[in-house]
Amino acid sequence: MPWIPRGLREGIVTTRYPRRPDGYGPRFNAAVVVRPGPHDAATLAAAAAACPTGAIAVAGVPASGPAEGVGRDASAGGVALDRGRCVLCGRCTDLAPGVFGFDPSFEIAGITRDTLVVPRRPETDRAIAATRTELGRRTRALRRSVHIRHVDAGSDGADEWEIAALTNPVYDVQRLGIFFTASPRHADLLLATGTGTAAMLGPLRETYEVMPEPKIVIAAGVDAVSGGLVGRGYATSGGIGDAVPVDVWVPGAPASPFGLLSAILLALDLLPAAHGAGVAPPPSTPGRAAPAPAPEGDPIPGVGA
Amino acid sequence: MSGSASDGAPRLEAFVAHVADRIDGGARFCGLLAVPASEGTRLVAILAWGTALRAESVSLPEAGLTFPSLTSRIPGANWYEREIHDLYGLEPAGHPQLDPLVLPLARGADRPCPGSGAPGRPVELDCRPPPSRLSGQGVFTIPYGPVRSGVFESVEYQVETPGEDIPSVRTRVFYKHRGIEARFEGMDVADGALLAERVEGVASVAHAVAYCGAIEQIAGVEVPEGAGLVRVVHAELERVANHLDSTIRHAEAAGQAVAFARLTLHKERLLRLRGALCGSRFGRGVVIPGGVASGMAMATRELFAALDELQRDIRSDLRMLMATPSFVDRLRGTGVIPPALAAQYGAVGPLGRGSGQTDDARLARPYAGYLQLGNQLVDVRSEGDALARQRVRIDEIEGAFHLVRQAADQLDDRREAHGPWSIPVGGFTSGEGLGWAEAPQGEVFYFVSMRGGRLVRVKPRSASFHNLGLFRAAFPRDILTDFAFIEASFGLSVAGVAG
Repeated sequence: MPWIPRGLREGIVTTRYPRRPDGYGPRFNAAVVVRPGPHDAATLAAAAAACPTGAIAVAGVPASGPAEGVGRDASAGGVALDRGRCVLCGRCTDLAPGVFGFDPSFEIAGITRDTLVVPRRPETDRAIAATRTELGRRTRALRRSVHIRHVDAGSDGADEWEIAALTNPVYDVQRLGIFFTASPRHADLLLATGTGTAAMLGPLRETYEVMPEPKIVIAAGVDAVSGGLVGRGYATSGGIGDAVPVDVWVPGAPASPFGLLSAILLALDLLPAAHGAGVAPPPSTPGRAAPAPAPEGDPIPGVGA
Repeated sequence: MSGSASDGAPRLEAFVAHVADRIDGGARFCGLLAVPASEGTRLVAILAWGTALRAESVSLPEAGLTFPSLTSRIPGANWYEREIHDLYGLEPAGHPQLDPLVLPLARGADRPCPGSGAPGRPVELDCRPPPSRLSGQGVFTIPYGPVRSGVFESVEYQVETPGEDIPSVRTRVFYKHRGIEARFEGMDVADGALLAERVEGVASVAHAVAYCGAIEQIAGVEVPEGAGLVRVVHAELERVANHLDSTIRHAEAAGQAVAFARLTLHKERLLRLRGALCGSRFGRGVVIPGGVASGMAMATRELFAALDELQRDIRSDLRMLMATPSFVDRLRGTGVIPPALAAQYGAVGPLGRGSGQTDDARLARPYAGYLQLGNQLVDVRSEGDALARQRVRIDEIEGAFHLVRQAADQLDDRREAHGPWSIPVGGFTSGEGLGWAEAPQGEVFYFVSMRGGRLVRVKPRSASFHNLGLFRAAFPRDILTDFAFIEASFGLSVAGVAG
């Protein structure tokens, strides 16, 4: 009984996102942006060499190993960064603050793997328009009520915390008709984390197969997108993309609750067109961390301000 | 203790006897690992003894594929020997139950042998469960996992039950095996710190501290005092977050809806505070070899205000929760680990402290940051049930807030003259080192061997791995509906177990 008044104590702490923008973004590092060039070639090369996952490609430098594939996108400004590999370690933003910066935008999920590479090429934008329409049509029936089955395919454990956070009073995804379900047979959306371990690929595929149509797959976090820092090895397959057909890719190490929420909304075509396609707003202040002060209307009591 | 590889079996027996004697003499068994050497393999036992962890090692004969099992004399060695068998194919002769643990390889498949420099080819697995050893009328097996109900890490529990009691639980952790030890191989020390943060993602700070401790030992570097204090701030906030998480899972299992909602709100506020301090909600990128990347991106006054508010709310809700009979009754007498058993296994962390074990690395083997702080002893409890572990965690939350304030206060005093945040560890160091930290789950240690600035063999040992070996011992008096409480009260992360 005494719990009841306690439940009312904080008033409403729930975010108004996606109807209103949420002020939390600027308080942590959600993604790295690449500023428009031209840039000094030596600086770019140093940043690319320092990247622990080979997420940075520089034009004219042959990309090998993990950087392979990012290279072809390096044309604009001579440099490209694959957010699907970026573990947000901050080395490039320290080494080359004029080129790379942390960005508060959390609407960074993409509906093709290519869209995680920034800066985005115009042809990528054109190509995804059709994919997006198709995805929107497929998920139309799910917009008012979508049931999620989460599967961990070899995460480091932090991804699960961020997914579980979606049901806390701040994100409260039930208000949007988003629910978690135990049975894959009741699930519309497969939310997969982890690098894709040898022993989990089977259970992951089986979970996907028994889900009813229409179904969506979200790869949550860089581990699921590319394997992240763990990458490919004797027991890992460098992400879950080979095992199940991924519809939405979410960067982040781990993907933040807002990043996950915006990805789910993107899959359901519930984000305005300018959102969710990896389009970054103007770059914020250069350098590492140094989060901006809490903006007006931050509903969470007790954090700074 | 070591010797040449020529005198074979008697020398190995002597090693086992030596390690067992040390433990009889008061040392605590922390782990057993294999290190590939130029000829054969070295077996290294890690013991907590005095104010440090120490390594005792013996070389196996070059072609030797067996060694005498330690498990009969040191029960805690059970899982370590199974792991060594999985990864290296070395056979502990006399092991009571050598089922696969972290890597159930198909018959005839190559072993990955982390640290041997062999390229890791994709492995072929055989995930079929071993036959049940339990028999009796109406006994059946409930396979629970690896995809479980709710947002959990993947693990499979095979619960063998005649209906309600749980006479046996088998824990199958290999689903998440990422081969992380092999991934360290060849990395430079800075990249290794990033990977260490991902061995057990909910205890990133503790893992980075333990890993860097080993590197700093090899390089002979003292971490600047200010950097040690910054490490304490992040490590202790990590502790609060993990203890809250374990409590949240208890509250959820007990159907305490309001408590669940409020505690998840506090946890979110805490992760936001951690994000505001360093840019990462999990404290990643803070701890680097030789120190920390930078100071705290928040004014001390602002931090203190946030801490005060958070601590007040957490304390008040936890006090109420512990006065709610429908919650407490579910934990009391549930999942009992008797102190004698905890001592025998060398249980660590809140699990050990709920069962009468005093060990806490922050006090017994203080490392950078904790040396200059007046640490408080948490009252150890001896009931050994889930309630005792919950009480230990609540006390530790209070202690952690106290330590954060102390550390932040000292940092503030030396704001003008804090000196550098890190000392370079040198690029081309060689050697072996041991580093440790008290993670929220308990003691974590790293064994690191490097050559010319590159990592050769890195063995992270999480508290989760050490403690999960005791999981099956917690069930004899409990029934199926207690399962969620026992699991939450262990408070472990599967990522740190599977490796």
